[in-house]
Amino acid sequence: MAIKLEIPTALRPFAGKQSSLDLEAATVGEALKSLTNTYSDLRKHLYTDDGRIRSFVNIYVNDEDIRYLEKENTPIKDGDTISIVPSIAGGR
Amino acid sequence: MPIITGTPAASETGRTLSKEEIARYSRHLIMPEVGMEGQLKLARAQVLMIGAGGLGAPLGLYLAAAGVGRLGIVDFDVVDFTNLQRQITFSTSDVGRPKIQAAKERLAGLNPGIRIDTYETRLTSDNALELFRDYDIIVDGTDNFPTRYLVNDACVLLGKPNVYGSIFRFEGQATVFNYPAGPCYRCLYPEPPPPGLVPSCAEGGVLGVLPGIVGAIQAMETIKLILKTGEPLAGRLLLFDALAMRFRELRLRKNPACPICGEHRTIDKLIDYEEFCGIRGEEAAPVTNGIPEITPRELKTRLDRGDDLYILDVREPHEYQICNLHGNLIPLGQLPNRVNELDSSREIVAHCRSGKRSADAVEFLRKAGFQKVWNLKGGILAWSDEVDPSVPKY
Repeated sequence: MAIKLEIPTALRPFAGKQSSLDLEAATVGEALKSLTNTYSDLRKHLYTDDGRIRSFVNIYVNDEDIRYLEKENTPIKDGDTISIVPSIAGGR
Repeated sequence: MPIITGTPAASETGRTLSKEEIARYSRHLIMPEVGMEGQLKLARAQVLMIGAGGLGAPLGLYLAAAGVGRLGIVDFDVVDFTNLQRQITFSTSDVGRPKIQAAKERLAGLNPGIRIDTYETRLTSDNALELFRDYDIIVDGTDNFPTRYLVNDACVLLGKPNVYGSIFRFEGQATVFNYPAGPCYRCLYPEPPPPGLVPSCAEGGVLGVLPGIVGAIQAMETIKLILKTGEPLAGRLLLFDALAMRFRELRLRKNPACPICGEHRTIDKLIDYEEFCGIRGEEAAPVTNGIPEITPRELKTRLDRGDDLYILDVREPHEYQICNLHGNLIPLGQLPNRVNELDSSREIVAHCRSGKRSADAVEFLRKAGFQKVWNLKGGILAWSDEVDPSVPKY
């Protein structure tokens, strides 16, 4: 499935400075794997050492949080947008 | 028979608007969505702002201008030059003054008819509940994870809405948490990032207008909550990308397993948030434990006597353009690929802006087998303070 992956500002330096990527994948997990295979520096920002998605990084398919879908097994369809939304705390 | 002209509207608490106030708020009063009733709601509202910085600036100005009857401001910081690029409450002459003092003067000047209570203190687990208790709405404009979790937990425990905004470089997030008993910050992000993984505004920079936009969104949501009008930004996370000039909205759900607002609450009082965020005592001073260091004065002495030292600047090229110590520039991120440019037989002093990134560089180089490598303690900032004040600080 051809999907679009949105990279947040904080992670763009680790993803070739791109704000989004087009890729092919059948599930959210596959899309993220494909992303971190291309940009290996991203891996530690997205996953813990034991391979779980970090708890301050949320992944959305369109506007829905994958924690409330099928997590990384969430299927995706053509035209979907996956967004990586990490916690940011700035305010000053 | 007396002729009654301009009977002031009375509220249930007897508060009325004076002729001058009617003029001041006329653009509100002529809209049915606000009207006299709404303006009196604003006059009775009590809003506590956490932080008088980038988000707090537009927030304070708009809430004061709108006639929010009581504004509380919590901040312990002092205005400095680097604030003026975005913290529009302050003027150049405020540099060096406590933020709450400068903010109170500015807001009272804007609207003398409101009450402004200032709290020059760091928000802690010991004072948060007491401070929040008096207020109807809490607005989170802080700049760090421990305080954000603290604000969240205190709001959930007291049942108060938390109007949230946060920023990073060109990107902002906003939502209304815990309204009414909706999702909270922990539902969105159960845990904070480990220290060092996500840069702060001081490290990462922020475009000055960004907190203006996000803070204004928080002000708008606060006013809507007070007026009970429109659709509050609850259960929705608003993302703003300033570079693309694009707003997006994501669904924000209440997490049934949330430790503070979920079905089985395991957090029933405020905790130690620095510990929760893993930054016990490390917030002020960068972590340099065990990293061999050289102080700016020692470095100056050694350079003056002609010692052969290789100065390695691990900042980014755009930072080098701001100021430099004539070092050799290899940004930290490129160091692993460019390590062969370094001569391990020479003594190397690594530096960055504050000493944090260069500590990582020194640790990396030591692990890579470099024996004679030191971190410049406190970086260029300390060099400017202790050796050469002509070097600008940024």
